[in-house]
Amino acid sequence: MPQIVQIADTISSQVFWLLVFFGLTFLVVGLGMVPKIMGTVDLRDQQIAGDLAAAQAARDAADSEEEAWRKRENENRAAAQALIAEAKAKAAKSAEAKLAKAQTKLDKQLAEAEAAIEAARTSAMAEIEGVAADAARDIVARVAGAQVEPAAADAAVKEVMAHG
Amino acid sequence: MAAEEGKVDPMKQFTIEPLFGSDWQLADGFNIAFTNSALWMAITAVMVWIFVAGGMKRELVPGRWQMAVETMTGFIDDMLEANIGKAGRKYVPYIFSLFMFILFGNLLGLVPVGVIPGIHAFTFTSHFTVTGVLAILSFSIVLIVGFWKHGFHFFSLFVPKDTPFVMAVFIAPIEFVSFMVRPFSLALRLFVAMMAGHVLLKVLASFVIAGGGAGPALGAAVGIPSFVLMVAISALEILVAGIQAYVFALLTSLYINDAENLH
Repeated sequence: MPQIVQIADTISSQVFWLLVFFGLTFLVVGLGMVPKIMGTVDLRDQQIAGDLAAAQAARDAADSEEEAWRKRENENRAAAQALIAEAKAKAAKSAEAKLAKAQTKLDKQLAEAEAAIEAARTSAMAEIEGVAADAARDIVARVAGAQVEPAAADAAVKEVMAHG
Repeated sequence: MAAEEGKVDPMKQFTIEPLFGSDWQLADGFNIAFTNSALWMAITAVMVWIFVAGGMKRELVPGRWQMAVETMTGFIDDMLEANIGKAGRKYVPYIFSLFMFILFGNLLGLVPVGVIPGIHAFTFTSHFTVTGVLAILSFSIVLIVGFWKHGFHFFSLFVPKDTPFVMAVFIAPIEFVSFMVRPFSLALRLFVAMMAGHVLLKVLASFVIAGGGAGPALGAAVGIPSFVLMVAISALEILVAGIQAYVFALLTSLYINDAENLH
């Protein structure tokens, strides 16, 4: 086994060169490069964690913003609803008032018209009585040849009309 | 002649050969020739560096390579966090280097560069001199951290929590031995696993060559099943390369946990 046969001749060389090359590896790679690589990894992990935290914060902010917007929107809607209701009520009231006014005016006109009709009718009735009395007198004069007093004719016409 | 060619020494692949500088001396008697083992350590170090450097773009949205490197560092980081906790983070550079160095060393030893004449793959993790040094490094960190953080109170590691005194008298020596065996088990596990796989592959390869040399009939009867088995074991070895690197890093982190979070 060369490992044992050659040990006396080679151990110093083996140990020396191992220390040289392993030492170089440790100094250059282990101490020089590995911390930087791990630093890069840590930096990346930190950045990812930071980005995630920022995203979470942005999301929370958006949520609260949305909540506030919703609240404001609801308030606005309620205010608008109230405004509409008020306007509706006002409009209804004024329409009612106008209607009432128009109604009274119409009622008055109606009453006046009815009064006028009534007056016209009574006057017409009186004329008809007169005309009827004259006609009755004429008829009596022509048929019976008797002259009837206008007053009696009036009375007779009135009586007939009252019964008639 | 065919039989001569069929002679494959399955242990020859572990032979260390100086490439240059065979007369370099650190001090008297301490030869530090640049060997094939050192060459593959160098290749491993460069490959690990290239792999990790490819992930250094530090982009916010990682590309494939950066993703792969970050997966590896994240894997080690998660393992340390699971075993040690938040305090485990400071050990990531060491455990990562250890894991990648062993993993790339294991895998590079399996790369079939042997198809190019004159080039031989060498698995330095199949030498207990190498795995031993790595284990001692890990064990030293455990000792240093333990005594630094807890002082002499660290010796209470050998007495499990709420042990009656009478029991502790017996348990403490056993715990002490099991603690002291750790670097050996750590080193031997990796060394044995890597060596065994490579020896097995070479033995099967020698079957293929010897079978082929012994004639077509025997070649088909022995060589083909051996070759199929080699392919399967090569796949298994890739798995073992990853598992052993993982086990080494995992056990190191578990041992550090003992020192970091003394019960």
